[in-house]
Amino acid sequence: MLAQLHSLLVNMLEQGFLFSFLGLGVLLTFRFFRFPDLTAEGSYPLGGAVAATLLVGGANPYLATFAAVLAGAAAGTVTALIHTKLRINNIIAGIVVMTALYTVNLRVMGRANVSLLSTPGVFADVASALTALGVPMREDAATTIAATLVLLIAVAAALVLFLHTDLGLAVRATGENETMIRSLGVDTDGTKMIGLAISNGAIALSGALVAQNHGFADIGMGIGILVTGAASVLIGEAIFGDRSIERWVLAAIVGALLYRLLVAVALRVGLEPVDLKLITAVLLLAALAVPRLRGRLLRR
Amino acid sequence: MLVLRGLAKTFLAGTPNAATALDGIDLEIGDGEFVTVIGSNGAGKSTLLKAIAGLVEPDRGSIELDGRDIAHDPVWRRAALIGRIAQDPQESTCAVMTIAENLAMAGKRGERRGLRRAVTPALRERFRAALAEVGLGLEGRLDARLGTLSGGQRQAIALLMATLTHPRLLLLDEHLASLDPKTGEAVMAMTAGIVAAGKLTTLMVTHNMQEAIRWGSRLVMMHAGRIILDVAGAEKPQLTVAALVEKFHRASRSALAEDRLLLTP
Repeated sequence: MLAQLHSLLVNMLEQGFLFSFLGLGVLLTFRFFRFPDLTAEGSYPLGGAVAATLLVGGANPYLATFAAVLAGAAAGTVTALIHTKLRINNIIAGIVVMTALYTVNLRVMGRANVSLLSTPGVFADVASALTALGVPMREDAATTIAATLVLLIAVAAALVLFLHTDLGLAVRATGENETMIRSLGVDTDGTKMIGLAISNGAIALSGALVAQNHGFADIGMGIGILVTGAASVLIGEAIFGDRSIERWVLAAIVGALLYRLLVAVALRVGLEPVDLKLITAVLLLAALAVPRLRGRLLRR
Repeated sequence: MLVLRGLAKTFLAGTPNAATALDGIDLEIGDGEFVTVIGSNGAGKSTLLKAIAGLVEPDRGSIELDGRDIAHDPVWRRAALIGRIAQDPQESTCAVMTIAENLAMAGKRGERRGLRRAVTPALRERFRAALAEVGLGLEGRLDARLGTLSGGQRQAIALLMATLTHPRLLLLDEHLASLDPKTGEAVMAMTAGIVAAGKLTTLMVTHNMQEAIRWGSRLVMMHAGRIILDVAGAEKPQLTVAALVEKFHRASRSALAEDRLLLTP
């Protein structure tokens, strides 16, 4: 029983932290820009594909991961350009880029699946670096949790700081009140580009880290990923509310952890991996419906 | 100095529902003038302000501000020189952001926005002083979200946001219309104080004749997309509502008569 609980918690932290970057990326578009950005479905596997392909080609794991972030940011920029310069609806722009990325990802990998089982990634590198420093570590869950947590704290802090800068305020206001921020002298084409680039960069980072943790990048790894990210954001919001930027960012992270915990529990009680998308859809639905139903009941 | 030449705008042009909102407006407004604009619904008052701000693209004509034609600049580029408040307080402020954040965004009007912290302690001091000056008791609520304020308070913040950087032109598009009379009075007094202190060139649209007479140094009346009355100087304080109504009827009748003449074969 205790061992089971332990492994559940380890799984929650390991997978939850890896998927937190996805939650932060989706938070930016889904909450601050108020639209579901389907680019995620392409930029997440793009991150995995770029990192895996570079790793297999012998690249430095950190550089390979960083290249994945840049590729994701580029994908987000393309969506923003289609939306702002061609004046195409933002959801459609996301779908267009998502569709194009399917081919791009296949071209990058050269096939549908790249295995990393015999190629050490960032986590192996972190483990050997720590061992060299006199802290013996293996590439296991503990290393992954520690390394990802450090990176997550850095990324989340950078995001919070950014959202409090002059440029960050302009990006936030672009989603909330575009007319107003334009009338204060901001070219919102630019702020949309920045927001979508950051969002998809973070999502691609998740894809790159998950591929290195799971030992492969796969063309299908992005299917339903937007819903996964949105579920994290909504679960976190249901707990923390949306009172401030700090709480919103924290909510996306805690939401990702809880989402992973719920999925792990569902698998433990007998559901199979093929049921995962259905579980995700139900979780998303619950996260959407519960606050509303609660509001209706309280009003009675 | 704002100079409008032959400014024209027809909505849904070429359709049976075509509506001419601006029918060749010529207007010169000198630095520091405070012009009130009145007219019936559909006279083109709001379209005039939107065209100047860049929210409506004119079909013809020029808009010169300090000698440069800005008629085809995007909104955000003109915004460096123009502050504008709309009727709906929701439009001019950001509900989910705090008073300090809203003011900080407005303080960067027309400047590059970089990666410096937006709300610094120095700025908070400045905002607190500006808020204390307008006397709404908001100086202690810098971290309150705009959405938690009343309509009048939001409009007061919008006014501060529009004037914080001393724009070359202030556009007030019925900014009191959605407020109750008492609040409207307070926000108007605040407006007049800020305009006078900054000697701001101002265009204020209203459909309240008393307001239009009482405030400003010049009064412009619009009808069917044209300016039918322009009163300034010593004559302006002599105006009464009755005289204005009389002038309006005479001017609009003659405008109608002109239309009829034009239509007669």
